[in-house]
Amino acid sequence: MAEKEHIIIESGDAIQPFAYTVGMYGSKFFAELRDNGRIMAVRCPKCKKVYIPPRKVCGECFVEMNDWVEVGPKGVIGTFTILRFAFIDPETGAQKPVPYGYGFIKFDGADTLFQHYISVEDEKKIKIGARVEPVFSKNPTGSMRDIEYFKVID
Amino acid sequence: MAKRVAIVGTGQTFHKSHRPDVNGQELINEAVVKALADANLKMKDIDAIVIGNMDHFEGINYVDCWSVDGSGGTMKPIIKLTTGGTTGCTVAIGGYHLVGSGMFDKVLVIGWEKNSESDTTGAITTAFDPVWDRQVFAGAISGLAAEAQAYIARYGATDRDGARVSVRDRKHAMNNPYAQLRKEVTLEEVLASPMLADPIHLLDVCPRSDGACAVIMASEDTAEKICPKPDWIWATAARHTYSYLGDADFGRLTSMKEGSQELWKKAGIKEPRKEVDVIELYQPYSFGGLIWIEDMGIVGPGEAPRYIWDGNTDMGGELPINPSGGVIATNPIGATGLIRCAEAAMQVMGKAEGRQVPDVNFAFSSGFGGCFWTDMILHGKKKPK
Ligand SMILES: [Zn+2]
Repeated sequence: MAEKEHIIIESGDAIQPFAYTVGMYGSKFFAELRDNGRIMAVRCPKCKKVYIPPRKVCGECFVEMNDWVEVGPKGVIGTFTILRFAFIDPETGAQKPVPYGYGFIKFDGADTLFQHYISVEDEKKIKIGARVEPVFSKNPTGSMRDIEYFKVID
Repeated sequence: MAKRVAIVGTGQTFHKSHRPDVNGQELINEAVVKALADANLKMKDIDAIVIGNMDHFEGINYVDCWSVDGSGGTMKPIIKLTTGGTTGCTVAIGGYHLVGSGMFDKVLVIGWEKNSESDTTGAITTAFDPVWDRQVFAGAISGLAAEAQAYIARYGATDRDGARVSVRDRKHAMNNPYAQLRKEVTLEEVLASPMLADPIHLLDVCPRSDGACAVIMASEDTAEKICPKPDWIWATAARHTYSYLGDADFGRLTSMKEGSQELWKKAGIKEPRKEVDVIELYQPYSFGGLIWIEDMGIVGPGEAPRYIWDGNTDMGGELPINPSGGVIATNPIGATGLIRCAEAAMQVMGKAEGRQVPDVNFAFSSGFGGCFWTDMILHGKKKPK
C-alpha cells in the first residue's frame, strides 16, 4: 500500500503575520519587567482585588482600574502539575521537554495567579504553598519569557 | 409569547476515534437523520437550525455554511454557536431560546466534531491569550491537573478517589453501544496507567473522538403531538468566569456552583441529591467527577469521594452519574455537551435502553470548557408550570 498522504499546511520560511497588541496595561507590565525586574499588578478600586496580568477592567465590578501596585517578586505555589508527556508546543514547533513543572504562582500581594514554569530539580519540594522566586532571563526582551521559570526557595 | 420547550427526538452517531469513511457534513447527516426518525419528523418540518463545534479542531470555519447538504440547512435559518468545550450544551441552550421565544416552533440542534482531523493540543492552545497564556501553556490536561492538585490539597483526596470515578464511567460505557471506549478497567489498572500530569493518569482522561449528535426541540404547541412523552426543559444556566488562566479558583468550579444554584432556584429544587434522578456530566477527567458534584450541591465540600465509594453514583445507586459512560468513554468535543443533553433526554423519555435509570423525573446535563466554563440544563418528565 502506498504511504498515507496528509495535507500539510505550512508557511515555509514565512512567519505567521499575527501582530497582537497588549495595550497600555500590558505594555507597562512588560516594560517594568524588562527594565527593572519589577512585577506590576493593578488593584480594583471597588472590590480591592489585585489582578495579574494587569488589565483595564475588573470583570466582576465592571469598573476601570488605575491603581498600580508592585507585587512579588517572591510568592507561593498556588497550584501546579508536573507534565510527564511530551507534546509539540504549537507556539515554537519544538517538543516540550519532560518532565517539567507547570504552576500557578501567587505573588506576594496579588490575588490572582500567574501561570509559569516551575523548576523540577527537586520534585519533593514542589507543593502547594511552597515559597518560590522567579529566575529572570539575562536578556530580557519584554515578554513572559523574561522570567525563565520559578524555583522553590525553602 | 414565551413558550415551554421540550425535546422530542435525539440522534447520535456510533462514536469512534477515527471516521475516515465520512467527511464532516456526512457525519453530521448521520445524526440528523437519526434524530428526525426518532421524532418521526421530516426536514421540511424543521423551522430553524442551531449548529456548533470548535472550528479550530478541523481548521475549517463556518460549518453553518459548508454543511447544509448534510445538516438540512439548505434555505433555512441556520446559525452557528461555538463556546469551546461547552459548545454542545450551548447549542442546546440556543435552541431552547429560539423555541421558547415563540418565533420558531421546531428547531434542530446539532453538535459535532472530527477530532481525528488535527492536533488537539495545537488547536486548544489557540483558544488562549497569545501573549500571557500561550507562552507557557501546557495543553488541555495541565489545567485540569492543576485543579485536581488544588482539590487534593484542600480536602485530602487521593488519586484512588479519582480512579474510582474512571472505573465507574468505563463500566457504565459497557451498556452504551454508541460509546467509543467500551472496556472495563480496574482501580489498579487506572493507577498503573502512565502518569500524564500529576495526579492524572492516562486512564483518568477522555479520548479524542469523531462523532455527531442532533436534538429536536418543539414548543408546547406541538411537542406532545410529536412525542407522547417528551423531555421538558425546566431550566438552563451558563457561567463564564475569567479572562486569563490564573484567574480561576483552582479546586472549586465557580461556574458550576453559580450556574447550578440558578438552575435549582428556577426549578424550585431544594435538595438536588434527592430530587434529581440522573446526571450526565461533561466530565473529561475523573477528578471532575469529585469536585464538580460538590459544586453542584449534590454533597458538601470534600464529601464526594465517600459518596462515590459508597456506590451512590453507580447504576442502581441513589443518583447514577453518566449512565452513558460519559466523556471519559467518548469525546467528540463540539458534540460532547449535546450528547449529555440527548442522553439526559433519553433518560426522561424512557428511551435509554440498556443504560436506562428507572423512573426519571429530573435529569441534569452539562457542558464544560477548559477555561473552567460551565453550561447546564435541567430536564423533566412533567411539563413545567
Ligand atoms: Zn472589582
